Amino acid sequence: MTAAGVLGGAKEGGRLAHRVLLVRELGIAVALALLVGVTVLVNPRFLTAQGIKDLLLGATILAVLAVGQSIVVITRNVDLSVGSVLGLSAFATGSLFVANPGLPIPVALAAGVLLGAACGVVNGGLIAAARVPALVVTLGTLYVFRGLDHTWAGGRQINAADMPPGFLRMGSGTLLGVPVLTLFAVVVLVAAGYYLRGYRSGRELYAIGSSPAAARLAGIPVGRRVFAAFVASGALAGLAGVLYAARFGTLDANAGNGFELNVVAAVVVGGVAIFGGSGSVYGAALGAVLLTTISSALPVLGVSPFWQRAAVGALILAAIGLDRALAVRLAKTLRGRNGHG
Amino acid sequence: MSARIRGGRAVALALLTALTLAAAGCAGEEPATTAGQPAAGGGAKTIKEGLKIAFLPKQVNNPYFDASDNKGGKVAVEEVKGVYSQTGPSEASPSAQVSYINTLSQQGADVIVVSANDKDAICGALQEARTAGAKVVTYDSDTNPSCRDVFINQASAEGIAASQVKLISEAVGPDGGEIAILSATANATNQNAWIAMMKTELAKPEHGRLKLVATVYGDDDDQKSFQEAQGLLAKHPNLKGIISPTTVGVAAAARYLSGSEYKGKVQLTGLGTPNQMRAYVKDGTVKSFALWNPSDLGYLAAYAGGALASGLITGKEGEKFTAGRLGEYTVGKDGVVLLGDPFVFTKDNIDEFDF
Amino acid sequence: MAEPTPAPGGGRAGRAPAGRGTAGRTARWRGVAGSWDAALLVALALVVVAGALAVEGVASPRFWRFVTLEVIPIALIALPMTLVIITGEIDLSVASILGLTCTVMGQLWLWGISSLPVLIAVALLLGALLGAVNGVFVTAFGLPSLAVTIGTLALYRGLAYVVLGDRAVADYPPGWTTGAIAAIPGLTIPWMIIVVAVLAVVFGLLLHATPIGRGLYAMGNNAEAARFTGIHVARAKFWLFVATGAMSALAGVFWTLRYASARADNGNGLELAVVAAVLLGGVSIFGGRGRLVGVIAAVVLLGILRNVLQLAYVPANTLTIITGSLLIVSVVGPNVAAMLRDRLRRRRPAAPLPQE
Repeated sequence: MTAAGVLGGAKEGGRLAHRVLLVRELGIAVALALLVGVTVLVNPRFLTAQGIKDLLLGATILAVLAVGQSIVVITRNVDLSVGSVLGLSAFATGSLFVANPGLPIPVALAAGVLLGAACGVVNGGLIAAARVPALVVTLGTLYVFRGLDHTWAGGRQINAADMPPGFLRMGSGTLLGVPVLTLFAVVVLVAAGYYLRGYRSGRELYAIGSSPAAARLAGIPVGRRVFAAFVASGALAGLAGVLYAARFGTLDANAGNGFELNVVAAVVVGGVAIFGGSGSVYGAALGAVLLTTISSALPVLGVSPFWQRAAVGALILAAIGLDRALAVRLAKTLRGRNGHG
Repeated sequence: MSARIRGGRAVALALLTALTLAAAGCAGEEPATTAGQPAAGGGAKTIKEGLKIAFLPKQVNNPYFDASDNKGGKVAVEEVKGVYSQTGPSEASPSAQVSYINTLSQQGADVIVVSANDKDAICGALQEARTAGAKVVTYDSDTNPSCRDVFINQASAEGIAASQVKLISEAVGPDGGEIAILSATANATNQNAWIAMMKTELAKPEHGRLKLVATVYGDDDDQKSFQEAQGLLAKHPNLKGIISPTTVGVAAAARYLSGSEYKGKVQLTGLGTPNQMRAYVKDGTVKSFALWNPSDLGYLAAYAGGALASGLITGKEGEKFTAGRLGEYTVGKDGVVLLGDPFVFTKDNIDEFDF
Repeated sequence: MAEPTPAPGGGRAGRAPAGRGTAGRTARWRGVAGSWDAALLVALALVVVAGALAVEGVASPRFWRFVTLEVIPIALIALPMTLVIITGEIDLSVASILGLTCTVMGQLWLWGISSLPVLIAVALLLGALLGAVNGVFVTAFGLPSLAVTIGTLALYRGLAYVVLGDRAVADYPPGWTTGAIAAIPGLTIPWMIIVVAVLAVVFGLLLHATPIGRGLYAMGNNAEAARFTGIHVARAKFWLFVATGAMSALAGVFWTLRYASARADNGNGLELAVVAAVLLGGVSIFGGRGRLVGVIAAVVLLGILRNVLQLAYVPANTLTIITGSLLIVSVVGPNVAAMLRDRLRRRRPAAPLPQE
């Protein structure tokens, strides 16, 4: 499929693919509903006001990261450094509050996002300018950023007492029953979703992911778009770091350690194709919610904690298997419609 | 493809690479060797000067080991005019620790003070280091007794278990009810020993009204512990109390409880540090919790190591040595030196401590 | 706007457009790859000489014994991983396979199976089976290996916890555990290194001196074209995953005996170390490029560098940063060099232009 085809022609195929995507997202939603339903049957307290708040809060940080990650994955890249960026930004936020106790919260938010974006600039700059594989570069910066965080934090720990009460209230407070932090995630999600669907440059990200070569031929500034995607992913990881600080209140050098695989898992479960060009941020966010709900639901269902990880692995395999089946069916249908052309 | 790349891009790229490298270059820390200072304690006279005493915690970047090593062990090593160092992996894995044991042995450390990530996995490396002339002191988490000279036990498993069960029993009140344990990793030697002892303790008739309904693992990870605490309350509506015998777990559980509707209704105790727990003791989430002083633990371990390397003790039962300001200690069975009973922190005394 | 996921063994990210003259590109890359191997070997020599001169203890035989012990498991897994990545796939589940075979071995020992050959055979079979599961998902179902093995990474590690839970099995006969790390008579180097060397030769011959090996490169460069040349792409990839599983299991056996401890978290995170070593060794993540010599040099280089710096009191945090920077340099370096060379060439119009 050429970039022109992706952008202009093949409207019918596009609509069909869109419908498949909807089915895919509905599928996760149904799985989520089933999981919550069964868990509530076993233990009604799973879905009280407190229970819902806990579920939403649990998913918030992973969802923000998953939105950033899916923007990158859609362009046929991957950002493995997000966990380290989150750690760096979380510790930076804490240190800012330690150094300036009266710091306004928006300033802290901006600082975290900017620091994350700066990390994204390093990633995106290396990848777009040197045309080197994202997997390798971000695996490298995963180590580098984490090492910087470790060196900076050392054995220090920043405790809840070091942070302003207003900031911590933001971490546990609710607005009309919805946690404040989750509202951040919702805003991010809607904005990213609208951008990807409604803006030309957003749709170009899909074209790049479908075929970088064709996209380049079609005149899309591939390097610039990929760079921007990494800056966005970094900025969102930075935001997630600030949210992490607000929610957990205790920060040390290991915040966000090992998150990268969870984030990629959430994106894959959410139906974003790992080789780009397909999927949506809504799916990725749903994937994040499903993964965190599983970790909360399994203990309630009385499943041994030792089974949790295995269940997550099985879910990932099931999700990509389902994607493959849907894709095969879609391809068959498309072939049927286009006749012998 | 490369022919199309403009000059500016190549320069930007070179700059980026240089920046990354520069960041790597300037991140080095100076070696933590410090010259000895005048001895403070009179009892240290017989320990040799200039001993290389190295601390190898489960992981660096951990506040608990920062307190035990850099605020306790270091002080003691300076008192005996030794050379202090702390080194270790940034992730708590036994294989990484083995690598550091080998390095310390090659660096000619006289004493290796180690908190074991696995009681067997680091044994071989410790034996090799002992063959090469090092004395081995374990602290916080022990290895097999055959692989070290002495173990500095922060508190006996019985002592900790009894104190934890007593604290939760007092907090929950005479009616008792369901309780749960929020532990660290599923493989942690000391945690599992304490949990086993707590079960023995709970089986006694005086605790008959307390019923242990679950043991969950927060992996000594703040977020995981937080979620496990949350899961416990969702699963067990009648839960009355949580014991979390790990500093990370108890702080995370306290933070969850204090921001939830369960504050004051579900009791929490465990092993925590005063700085982490201060806010929750003051807001009523936690009535009391226990811990030994980690700085004292590192301090005692350094003195024990010094005494071993100076030939004052060999790790046999009944031997005595003096540990600076902490006074005299006796080596117990299996080369275990007991620091003392855990200290209980409450609203009334917590402000006297800062660690 | 959406496109179906890539076909079985389909193109990996960012591959150069198909239809480009493969022969010319391969020749050019052979040159670059050769110089990368040479650069690695020079770096290795430099680190050894500088270390021996500047850091006390590097020259001692004990140092080499410790380095070898550390390098063995990574080398065992890096050998098949190199081939997998050359075909354009990846296997991130290796460390979890290592962990799962450790725990199964431990459990079997607890159940009273006390014959070491039986335990090793079972472990290797299990590893092969786990690898085969990866292979089936990737080749038969046509799923991207990156996603599949992230799934099995979680699944196998989870199963390791299911098998042993919070227990550690450590009461193996001392003869086994000391035997696993015993030195070659007259030397301090453990005998296991001979096994690694033999396997390295086998994998090296397979990759560089057989039609199968050439086929693996062809697959990495262009799976579609490789299929037309009569190579059975799916079958070859399947067996590579099986081999990777078995080699990870062998590393697991060594791990269990070396540390005398079977635990569910054995080798946690090792997959990143292995992938980092293979990529530093000059293997392209997109497949089709790289040589085993470079990978072995990279594995040894990382092992020695780490130990030298550790001996020189460099803290763990800095080691982490250096590992990451090396990885970045390994991909950025050759590209920057190529760019600079191209710019120089363009300034001298007399020089023949590279065939594009």
